[in-house]
Amino acid sequence: MTNVLINAPKTAKPGEIVEIKALILHPMETGFRPGTNGKIIPRNIIERFVATWNGAEIFRMEMSPAIAANPFVSFFAVATESGTIGLRWTGDEGFLVEEQVAIAVG
Amino acid sequence: MHSPPDRRAFLAGAALLTVLPLASARATPESMAAAIKEVVGAGTIREGKVKLDLPPLVENGNVVPLTVSVESPMTPADHVKAIHVFNEKNPQPHVFSARLGPQNGKAVIATRIKLADSQKIIAIAETSTGQFFSASADVIVTLAACIEDVT
Repeated sequence: MTNVLINAPKTAKPGEIVEIKALILHPMETGFRPGTNGKIIPRNIIERFVATWNGAEIFRMEMSPAIAANPFVSFFAVATESGTIGLRWTGDEGFLVEEQVAIAVG
Repeated sequence: MHSPPDRRAFLAGAALLTVLPLASARATPESMAAAIKEVVGAGTIREGKVKLDLPPLVENGNVVPLTVSVESPMTPADHVKAIHVFNEKNPQPHVFSARLGPQNGKAVIATRIKLADSQKIIAIAETSTGQFFSASADVIVTLAACIEDVT
């Protein structure tokens, strides 16, 4: 998918704290703005961002309309074992995007 | 011909007109306090340990970088469980709630938010020991977010 940018190291030493940055294209329409026809544009946001490391949840963020368009999130994780970091965004109108990046620890 | 009182009345009317549309549905310090209460419950919030980084002067309220960092050993016994961020004057008081644990190593989160007005932002950290710490920041916004559809 081209609508997601993930920045995470490809390798890490065991126990190292790595930064994981993720950006996704999304309008994050608040549901409070009138459009050009004067009617309120319906809310369409990403409600939840979940990160996993080899399937185990490591980070979760519940978002509100106050998150800027094209949500960017940066967080940290302790590198424990090689595997995959999974990122999942879910939201209004059945929005669901899942991405994975591989990381080698050792 | 305008006499001075007319001009004064006109200016007062114009000022009122520009202020009125902004007085519509907004979060208020009270609704922020209510949202915080929902998270904290009967617990007490103490200042400190939390650092909230925001630019003090924001030119574009649509994209405001925000970083929350919390001093914590992040061990299984003592770590930051959650970080919540609230605002005073957006339509809703809630900005985000993040769940963390010892697997994060550092309790630092960065994101970008929208601000509808100059206001106070509060970050609250919840520790595994059941304590709450907070930090706040005042931000001046020159171009507000989400008032109109710009497209």
